[in-house]
Amino acid sequence: MLNLSQDLTERIRAHAAQSYPYECCGALLGTENGDGRTVQDLVMLDNQRDDSPRNRFLVFPEDVLRVEKAARERGLDVLGWYHSHPDAPARPSEFDRQHAWPWYSYLIVSVEAGEPRRMSSWRLTDDRERFDAEEIASQLGMPG
Amino acid sequence: MAVKVMIPTPLRPFAERQAAIDVEGQTVGEALDALTSQYGDLRRHLYGDGGQLRSFVNVYVNEEDIRDLQKDLTPLRDGDTITIVPSIAGGSRD
Ligand SMILES: [Zn+2]
Repeated sequence: MLNLSQDLTERIRAHAAQSYPYECCGALLGTENGDGRTVQDLVMLDNQRDDSPRNRFLVFPEDVLRVEKAARERGLDVLGWYHSHPDAPARPSEFDRQHAWPWYSYLIVSVEAGEPRRMSSWRLTDDRERFDAEEIASQLGMPG
Repeated sequence: MAVKVMIPTPLRPFAERQAAIDVEGQTVGEALDALTSQYGDLRRHLYGDGGQLRSFVNVYVNEEDIRDLQKDLTPLRDGDTITIVPSIAGGSRD
């Protein structure tokens, strides 16, 4: 279960719409307790795939380290990453699976003709064979 | 050589939740072998089918990317720190 406030949901959707027709990406910062995760903030990142930004995204390791440090200083973890699928469904591609890390939440938002549509979240299985869907719980009035 | 390997958050569940693990090795390859012998479930996340480090797995000795050194043959000194850092990649269509 991934708890995501309305406010953060809107910020991800806006980032995805602004980046269209390119893919956007960013980090999900928050806390994990029991089997629930709560996203408390985002870090919007630049997509580093200049060669193929419509169907690929990349976050450099330096940026991963920078985001982790910023999260740690606030007592948060990097819970996962979001990216958009311009004119493609909100489900992971084979390329997503091949490049995924376990444990992280991978949040995907579909953007059709510039309009953000469905959003879904996924966790890679420990054997790397597939993604399992992770339920998104949208909450009003949460800090964020 | 006794070195420390820093484990990124997504891999800690496969290493008894430790952030840092002490291993022995003369080279980076040996140290990572020691690590994955001890924690076998790490292996599939670090290495592809051909036994090569996956493209999105970045390994540093102290602050230096091993791709700029001698890759898995990079020699180690006592007290070195090996850091495994993710790149995050994906995309919408195959
Ligand atoms: Zn994707």
